[in-house]
Amino acid sequence: MLKNFFDGLFGKKTPPEKTQDVTQTAPLTEEQIQTIVNNQNPHFDLQQLLASCGQSVGKQRELNEDSLLALTATMAGNSGNLPFGLYIVADGMGGHQFGEVASNAAIRAVAGHILKKFHPYLFQVKTDTMDESFQEIMLEAVRDAQRIIQREAPGSGTTLTAALVIGQQVTVAHVGDSRAYFVFPDGRIEPITRDHSLVKRLEELGHITPEEAVNYPHRNVLYRALGQGELLDPDIFTIAFPQPGYLMICSDGLWGVVAEQDIVRSVVEAPSLQRACQNLVSAANAAGGPDNISVVLAQLIG
Amino acid sequence: MAGVTLASRYSIQEVIGVGGMGSVYRARDMHFPNVTKLVAVKEMINSAPDPLVRQTIVQNFEREANLLATLNHASIPRINDYFSLDSRSYLVLDFIKGKDMEAIISDTNGFLPEEQVLGWAVELCDVLEYLHRHKPDPIIFRDMKPSNVMINSNGDVVLVDFGIAKTFQTGIKGTMIGTEGYSPPEQYRGEATPSADIYALGATIHHALTRRDPRLEPPFSFAERPLRRINTSVSSELETVVNRALEYNPESRFSSAADMKQALLGVAKKTGALGRLKTQTTPIAQAGGIKPLWAFKCEDEVRGTPTIHQGVLYIGSYDNNLYALNAADGKFQWKYPADGGIVSRPALYDGNIYFGSEDKRLHVVSARSGKVVWTYYTEGPIRSSPRIAEGHAFIGSDDGYLHAVNLNSGRVSWRFEAADAVRSTPFVMNDLVYIGCETGDYYAVDYRGELKWRFHAKRAITSSTVGSASTLYFTSVDGTLYALDPKNGWPLWRFRLGKASISTPCIIDDLVFVGAADGFIYAVDTRNSKEVWRYRTEHQVNGSPVIYKDSLYCGSVDGNLYCLEYRTGRLRWKFGTQGAITGSPLVYDDIVYVGSTDHQVYALLA
Repeated sequence: MLKNFFDGLFGKKTPPEKTQDVTQTAPLTEEQIQTIVNNQNPHFDLQQLLASCGQSVGKQRELNEDSLLALTATMAGNSGNLPFGLYIVADGMGGHQFGEVASNAAIRAVAGHILKKFHPYLFQVKTDTMDESFQEIMLEAVRDAQRIIQREAPGSGTTLTAALVIGQQVTVAHVGDSRAYFVFPDGRIEPITRDHSLVKRLEELGHITPEEAVNYPHRNVLYRALGQGELLDPDIFTIAFPQPGYLMICSDGLWGVVAEQDIVRSVVEAPSLQRACQNLVSAANAAGGPDNISVVLAQLIG
Repeated sequence: MAGVTLASRYSIQEVIGVGGMGSVYRARDMHFPNVTKLVAVKEMINSAPDPLVRQTIVQNFEREANLLATLNHASIPRINDYFSLDSRSYLVLDFIKGKDMEAIISDTNGFLPEEQVLGWAVELCDVLEYLHRHKPDPIIFRDMKPSNVMINSNGDVVLVDFGIAKTFQTGIKGTMIGTEGYSPPEQYRGEATPSADIYALGATIHHALTRRDPRLEPPFSFAERPLRRINTSVSSELETVVNRALEYNPESRFSSAADMKQALLGVAKKTGALGRLKTQTTPIAQAGGIKPLWAFKCEDEVRGTPTIHQGVLYIGSYDNNLYALNAADGKFQWKYPADGGIVSRPALYDGNIYFGSEDKRLHVVSARSGKVVWTYYTEGPIRSSPRIAEGHAFIGSDDGYLHAVNLNSGRVSWRFEAADAVRSTPFVMNDLVYIGCETGDYYAVDYRGELKWRFHAKRAITSSTVGSASTLYFTSVDGTLYALDPKNGWPLWRFRLGKASISTPCIIDDLVFVGAADGFIYAVDTRNSKEVWRYRTEHQVNGSPVIYKDSLYCGSVDGNLYCLEYRTGRLRWKFGTQGAITGSPLVYDDIVYVGSTDHQVYALLA
């Protein structure tokens, strides 16, 4: 495994010259990351999850009703390497009814539930098989958040798009119209969630065209939101992390304002994830910043 | 709470409902000491930490109380009192002895009779008409759904929960009113009209007659699941009425609840006059006419699965023989006798056939001549099938080992000790061998025979594994279909089957198919683990389904081979044999081959 690692870094024949690079380090140095990214090879043994995020209240709102959580753990060692990440964007239903309370309660409740479940397996070297699946844990986390919001801020609501990354598996829980995307270096961008919005549903039913959807007067109306309705049915699914590629989660303050192709360019051309997030937030603000902006970007390399 | 007396008057007896904000209790009104007057006490706990939120909640609560006080209708509970204590507020209403419609739907086996639902619908039209004609302003119920409809002890409907969220507050994002699933499109836009209640009533009837909860379906998707396709006993007249109530455009629906009531009465007249005339289940293309291309009779049961190679079909039987048959006409080529029954599916590699037998041996015979090349002894009967990879035959045995046998030497390279008998077939992917055993332990073993990771199901894993690059699928006798990460064995999702399963799944596109002992063949979405469809056979489904073109083929212990459309689970045809089918069919070149415990091997046109 270690040999493959250096073969990947330096090519087969070049003996390692810089001694500091001989040490296997985690997190990797900027130089190492670049080398790996450049020789992207999906079978590479040492995987590392990187993430960054950005948020702005925007230019027209006084209150930030978005909430965001990004958590990346690196556990590397001789017995293997398990990337673990949890990324959540929640957009409180604004204007009334304490959306900021709801979105904040949502990210705390979901993250709290998930971390509690994984703690024994990740940090206490528990050898038993987990008796709940990723999807069941996500569902329980969302249901938990639903209860807490209904107690702490009844009548309010929030979107929730949460991605749990374990190894190369991404398990997504989604309610509302925040979005998760896969962004590929070749310029493709693919939404992996489906908006629970009136306008999207009407578009799906063919009652309005995608062009009409852009200017539809009730673009912000959701038919499913966390905190609303007694029987919540979140979308929960598991897919493989794109390699090479990025996972992006954002609120409609970004996707509703910046064109998809501009999003891709900002992500792919940026020298780092941090810069990419800054660029995305700036682009949304430059386009008027009509709403709160939240974005998380994650990349699985190696 | 039981035993507590609220406001020195209402003696709480028990909880009869739990809502998002508090409970509903049955209580006795102690102002009537000589008679037992029961009331429903609806409690709302105001636990919001934010004072502004708290205030809004109280206002909404008082609105409901004041609204109810102005109404007088047999299908609306009367309000007796309301009061607040600390952070709790209470509404005191008539106690309705009965059950809500949602509970009735879920507690009923099969579908509710049309007459019964029709009767309720007519009464609901009455009460909606009353509300819509309210002066000075019409009252829009806005939350018509089965759980808000009580059926009292007389069988009459009572609308409950004139709840809090009934007024519109337009917000910048997401004015969400009403219960998702039952509400019409315009209600999401913040429009409330009598027509919205009519739509929701249509949705309620739809739910009652189909048992499909619209909250679990995309909004406005009733047209995609017409009443009579799900419940064939519903009259076409009633379907027409429900469809009209569920029209997308409000103008196309009934113009009033009174109109809808008339239409429903019309249905009752028609269907009632003719008595309980019900359409029979639509007969689907019966395969009575299906004749096998050929059949071959062995001397005992055929429980395994065939393999085909260069026009020859290889299949084992409990008469201890492995048969080679001409795939085109079923003509006997040769047979090879083992010393025990053969359920193991033969594997072909380099001109030789590999298979296990209950005589404890892995047999290797020439595909052409049927002459033995070598055999390898394990210490238990073999029910597992061999998997050839990396110059080895991997096979499990009842001796509790996974054996890696070198193809050149016929000698074992290593054995991996499992906790119990290994009856599943090894699955090989990404340099790992995956195997389940009868204790429910599941192992990923590398090519050196070393354990990489382990998983544990609650009961035996007899099913073999199938996998895609990122997921392994198998079932267990614990009644679960598992999806695991092949790299580390973490469970991605679990799907509950009705009963135990030893059936090996099969995957195509985003679907995974599997059978279970409850007699169903299931189709499950691989991404979100939701059931796409299920098909009921008459007995256990132990073999693995297979997909060929747009069909799924699967046998059942009821003796039939079923051919279903794999996207919808609709029956195309079935073919009956005289015994149970426990193995899997094989489809090759538009021909399906399958064995049965009636001793025969059949070839049918796919």
